[in-house]
Amino acid sequence: MPKDPNIKKVLVLGSGPIVIGQAAEFDYAGTQACRALKEEGVEVVLVNSNPATIMTDKDIADHVYIEPLNIPSVTQVIEMERPDAILPTLGGQTGLNLAMNLHEQGVLEKYGVRLLGTSPESIRKAEDRQGFKDCMEEIGQPCVTSDVVESVDGAVEFAEKIGYPVIVRPAYTLGGTGGGIAYDEASLREIADRGIHLSRVGQVLIERCISGWKEIEFEVMRDSAGNVIQVCSMENIDPVGVHTGDSIVVAPTQTLANREFQMLRTAALDIITALKIEGGCNCQFALNPDSYEYAVIEVNPRVSRSSALASKATGYPIAKVAAKIALGYTLDEIPNAVTGKTTACFEPTVDYCVLKIPRLPFDKFTTASRTLGTQMKATGEVMAIANSFEGALMKAIRSLELNVRALKLDKLEGLYTDEIEDLLVNVTDERLFVVAEALRRGFSPKKINHITKMDIWFLERFKNIIDMENALIACKGVPDPDTMRRAKEMCFADSYIGHLCGMAQAEVKALREQYGIIPSFKMVDTCAAEFDAETPYYYSSYDGENEAEDTGSGKKKVLVLGSGPIRIGQGIEFDYCSVHSVWAFSRMGYETIIVNNNPETVSTDFDVADKLYFEPLTAEDVQNIVEQEHPWGAVVQFGGQTAIKLAKALTDMGVRILGTSSDGVDAAEDRERFDAILQKCGIPRARGKTIFTTQEALDAAHELGYPVLVRPSYVLGGQGMEIAYNDRNIEEFMRIINLTVQEHPILVDKYLMGRELEVDGVYDGEDILIPGIMEHVERAGVHSGDSIAVYPPLHLEDKHRELILRHTKNMARELGVLGLINAQYILYNDDIYVIEVNPRSSRTIPYISKVTGVPIIDLATRVMLGEKLKDLGYGTGIYPEAPYFAVKAPVFSFEKLTDVDTGLGPEMKSTGEVLGIAETFPQALLKAFKGAGLRAPKKGGRIIVTVKDEDKRELLGIARGFEEMGVELYATSGTCDYLNDNGVECKRVNRVTQSHPNILDMIGSGTVDLVINTPTRGRKHDSDGFKIRRATVEHSVGCVTAIDTARALLTVREQGRSEDLVPIDVTKI
Amino acid sequence: MKATLILANGTLFHGRAIGATEDRVCEMVFNTSMTGYQEILTDPSYAGQGVVMSYPLIGNYGVNHEDNESARPWAEAFVVRHLSPEGSNFRCEDTLDSYLKSNHIAGIEGIDTRALTKILRSQGTMNGMITCAEHFNINEVMEKLSAFRVEGTVERVTCSEPWTLPAEGERKYRVALMDYGMKRNMAQCLAKRGCEVTVLPAHTPAAEVLSGGYDGVMLSNGPGDPADNTEIIKEVRKLYESDLPIFAVCLGHQLMALATGAKTHKMVFGHRGGNHPVKDIEAGRCFITSQNHGYVVDAATVDPAVAAVSHVNVNDGTVEGLKYSRPNCFTTQFHPEAAPGPMDTEYLFDRFINSMGGDR
Repeated sequence: MPKDPNIKKVLVLGSGPIVIGQAAEFDYAGTQACRALKEEGVEVVLVNSNPATIMTDKDIADHVYIEPLNIPSVTQVIEMERPDAILPTLGGQTGLNLAMNLHEQGVLEKYGVRLLGTSPESIRKAEDRQGFKDCMEEIGQPCVTSDVVESVDGAVEFAEKIGYPVIVRPAYTLGGTGGGIAYDEASLREIADRGIHLSRVGQVLIERCISGWKEIEFEVMRDSAGNVIQVCSMENIDPVGVHTGDSIVVAPTQTLANREFQMLRTAALDIITALKIEGGCNCQFALNPDSYEYAVIEVNPRVSRSSALASKATGYPIAKVAAKIALGYTLDEIPNAVTGKTTACFEPTVDYCVLKIPRLPFDKFTTASRTLGTQMKATGEVMAIANSFEGALMKAIRSLELNVRALKLDKLEGLYTDEIEDLLVNVTDERLFVVAEALRRGFSPKKINHITKMDIWFLERFKNIIDMENALIACKGVPDPDTMRRAKEMCFADSYIGHLCGMAQAEVKALREQYGIIPSFKMVDTCAAEFDAETPYYYSSYDGENEAEDTGSGKKKVLVLGSGPIRIGQGIEFDYCSVHSVWAFSRMGYETIIVNNNPETVSTDFDVADKLYFEPLTAEDVQNIVEQEHPWGAVVQFGGQTAIKLAKALTDMGVRILGTSSDGVDAAEDRERFDAILQKCGIPRARGKTIFTTQEALDAAHELGYPVLVRPSYVLGGQGMEIAYNDRNIEEFMRIINLTVQEHPILVDKYLMGRELEVDGVYDGEDILIPGIMEHVERAGVHSGDSIAVYPPLHLEDKHRELILRHTKNMARELGVLGLINAQYILYNDDIYVIEVNPRSSRTIPYISKVTGVPIIDLATRVMLGEKLKDLGYGTGIYPEAPYFAVKAPVFSFEKLTDVDTGLGPEMKSTGEVLGIAETFPQALLKAFKGAGLRAPKKGGRIIVTVKDEDKRELLGIARGFEEMGVELYATSGTCDYLNDNGVECKRVNRVTQSHPNILDMIGSGTVDLVINTPTRGRKHDSDGFKIRRATVEHSVGCVTAIDTARALLTVREQGRSEDLVPIDVTKI
Repeated sequence: MKATLILANGTLFHGRAIGATEDRVCEMVFNTSMTGYQEILTDPSYAGQGVVMSYPLIGNYGVNHEDNESARPWAEAFVVRHLSPEGSNFRCEDTLDSYLKSNHIAGIEGIDTRALTKILRSQGTMNGMITCAEHFNINEVMEKLSAFRVEGTVERVTCSEPWTLPAEGERKYRVALMDYGMKRNMAQCLAKRGCEVTVLPAHTPAAEVLSGGYDGVMLSNGPGDPADNTEIIKEVRKLYESDLPIFAVCLGHQLMALATGAKTHKMVFGHRGGNHPVKDIEAGRCFITSQNHGYVVDAATVDPAVAAVSHVNVNDGTVEGLKYSRPNCFTTQFHPEAAPGPMDTEYLFDRFINSMGGDR
């Protein structure tokens, strides 16, 4: 029971779609908070537009609304549910802003909804720049001195007051264009002059330059009685200047003596006290490395990404405790679940070292600028625990899944030392490796410190790793026991030791076992062993005592492999699947063991599985766990590609793979084997050829007929796939593809321009259950993860439905599927063609589970364990359609990534998704667009259209539709002439290369509501289209790059009615 | 060089020698602080003890003269997982290893300090020996270990002559600080608040203190079993019977309890670290405190007519502070002077200042 018995029903706001800067950590926080509320007997109402989350499950909240996170829809939910209170601080910045808006617009007051936890006054104080500055001044906490000036003389005057160097930031220019660091008056005059000129309002901010200072963070908590604690301290290895989300972070701080540490800890506690926060808070400081001088950089009065990291790093459940504080409990009244004896009122102390490395998306966005700065670019992160810094670093690098197994990037080896020195200056995601390479070339830590400002202690640790490499190389063959032990204590992988010593991985393993060097597992217990703890949360070490004892439950053990860091193409969906499978196994009476390395997720919460191993997901690291636990079986089909690729290694270790075997996975990916299966089952697929040369490609295209799909074989996730419409396209793509040496043939397939359909199914060896069929709004050619998906399909004939069922079942049988299967089809010329089949979980599982009410993961898990679908209560065949339409729309993070082309194609680019559910298709679509933040122009609005020739005919109808709605159309010459010639009124706008004002000026003017631009295929990075699309991102103008998306927007404008939208409780489906 | 830690329960830990390489017998205790190793080493309360740091990365920021809590390190031995070979900090003057060597502190690194901590936690604080000898007679070692007892430590650590720390700024009060093994920051916390602090040797008779013209007396922390200090306890009783404001910390708190009829007992493994939650009953609030003690006042033996428990440990409910019925006398088990650890309870020094007459 809450301390206040009047709180019976609480509204929790989620953080919406996954975008850069707001990822799975809020699903973790929100899920923990909901469970904490339910534990107190509170009825929980949840609103979140993101269907891939665990928090939007009916097991987590009592009422779940997957609705747009905006004032009208949340107001409706409040009206329907009449909650007593709202919990604002667990849904990231999105949730917090929304709650504050609801408060400010009087919605909360109108419906008598109390804000729990921190008061709105406190939140406002922390969020408002000036208010915060004033508050800090009042309590004597220094901020970074800055002032806005409008003249060069003013800039010089202020700089003289605060001292050089200073940072000049022009107001209202994107990405800080025109700014810079001025070291003296002369350079300041130059930079300030340029900045004032470039700024739209003629202003520049002059700020004291603290780049190079240490960046230190504290996670602190406070309750209503005023009790304050520090949960975790963190130190960024990259000094001030890089967003903490993009920095490599170590916990606890390593280079602060007690005096500096306590000074900042006290400052953090003073800040949370002054702001009167009730719950969790994150305080970031810059600390001068040469003195006690420091400055407060930022304070977040809520649960954050850092608090998720702090929770996983210490075992202290910040979100859960924050939720209980919001209900009125004080820290000393909340039990510590880890020890079971002590309370939440203490400060965790650790006896290991934790390292976080961000996962950046440059492997997908190869053209994006790798430079890191104050704008976060990472999509996810990995965390590693070891009893040394070196060990944590080696583990974290392995966890990144970037084909890097140690502190070494092979491509740097070929560079001249001068080039390495130059690279040291650039802050990029690869700088860690550049530093390592510099150390290998004999640069002293002192010299590198001078250039990078990374603390010498960290550089010495890197050097320690390189010295270890050299010691192993010096062994020339068989390392002695001492060298081997030291290498393993630094968590060098056997494979890497083998690589350095010239031994096979298996030989290294055999040798060290002979030396008695075997891993042991240590517990994360919040208290450095001071109290007896029972947390089943472990990390590996090479110390003597092993704490991962057998639980003695006598149950069969199942190993569930997680999905590692969040990246484009492998998101939170797979954590959803992993967690649900753990719960399903648990219900079936199995002991569950999860392995994962992502600190943001629910799966790495220590009370999800019976045991949690926080370890890299490589074959070798997993083998250590296998040898410790001897699991009865392992599950790989829920953890995305990360887990799937371990299937073979696990089989080789003698571990039973539950569900589809690794051979079945292989059969689906091997073109020849898969073609044979299709032939046997009589399932059509687009005709195709395998070719090597450009001439062969042209011949193939001519034989098949344009358009054709061109792609290298053995590439996953549509990387490098393009649609060619003519010979010119083929020639260009082949040139690009052949820039890298191709070991495998290139595939040229007939591109079928039809409707794309997708299903997820569960197969038990005899029967199949397809919970629902989805249709993609964008035709094939846009990656399925980036297309709008509709459940159920708008018009699908029964015979096609039957074909889909039959084909899926036949393929499942032939592939030996046991559990999940995902298949994509094209409806073309009245027939169903298969595009792709994956015998594993897909990103649509959470969404389709929620909208159909079929617990897919639970069924798949039970089927793997031998149960039959016909006994499970959901029938077989295609499950009856729900009386709703559900539309999933992708969400992108383009504004965070400069130089990335926003045009959609066969490569996935979205970072997250939203769902819209309604009784009609247009209404569901409208909700999805609202959730994704894309608005269709209204009467009097303006659209610029510029499309490739192939799309012009289809554009006509869409343009006409918008014209009839009273929307003004603008286009560049080609499109404009075409529309006018065909009777659609359209005004001309100059091309990018023509004189001003041109299309870019118009986009920048703020008078345009939408741009419809379909990319001309090819990778011409500097094309006009690219500039147009980037301009829309930079000026926050909606932009659609597929003709089908534009049509969908028109549908919404014609048939959608905002005023008729009704929130739907998905738990009632 | 190889080194071995031999525990009184017969467990051996093999590691590498750090610091001085001579054999050392002491009482092994663990500390869970993640920063402040230099303050810990120089805290006289560790006299006779070997300190095991549960945090594995020690020595990262080296050593400097500012962070000494007394003139020299008092811990007998130091046990760490990884000793950083270099120190990185703007105040760093020396590496920790070199400091240990020049101060003759024996040590060992490279052992499973978590396993060791668990032994001390579950079986209690026990004696141990660090040796660099490759061969030793285990029976002889065991005899040595069972014969060892931490005693006479207050006499060893207290100052030989009185000395005075001037007040910072204007002198408002004169305080006598009884040095039973005082941490320097305790005197500094007083000086910072305008007190001229006269540090007196542990055996200074009460009469001398009472006639010294002081505005208040502070009883410091210190090492060993409080009950051993029978003579000092008698003098403390006399101080108690005066009307001089008294504030006592740690050993001082225990001595005052013993002087007023309560009892102390040895804890299984004590409290040593910087994360202990303590509830101030009167304020209704909890504070995170710095702690270092192996003995504790037995709550049941406190005469309610004499004193009331003012602070309790939130983790285990032990006595953390007493407020005496006699005016202006209060004592705490934890360390408001921190160093190392959280400074959240420094306000108690203000309370002491108030008991002497406030900000006059």
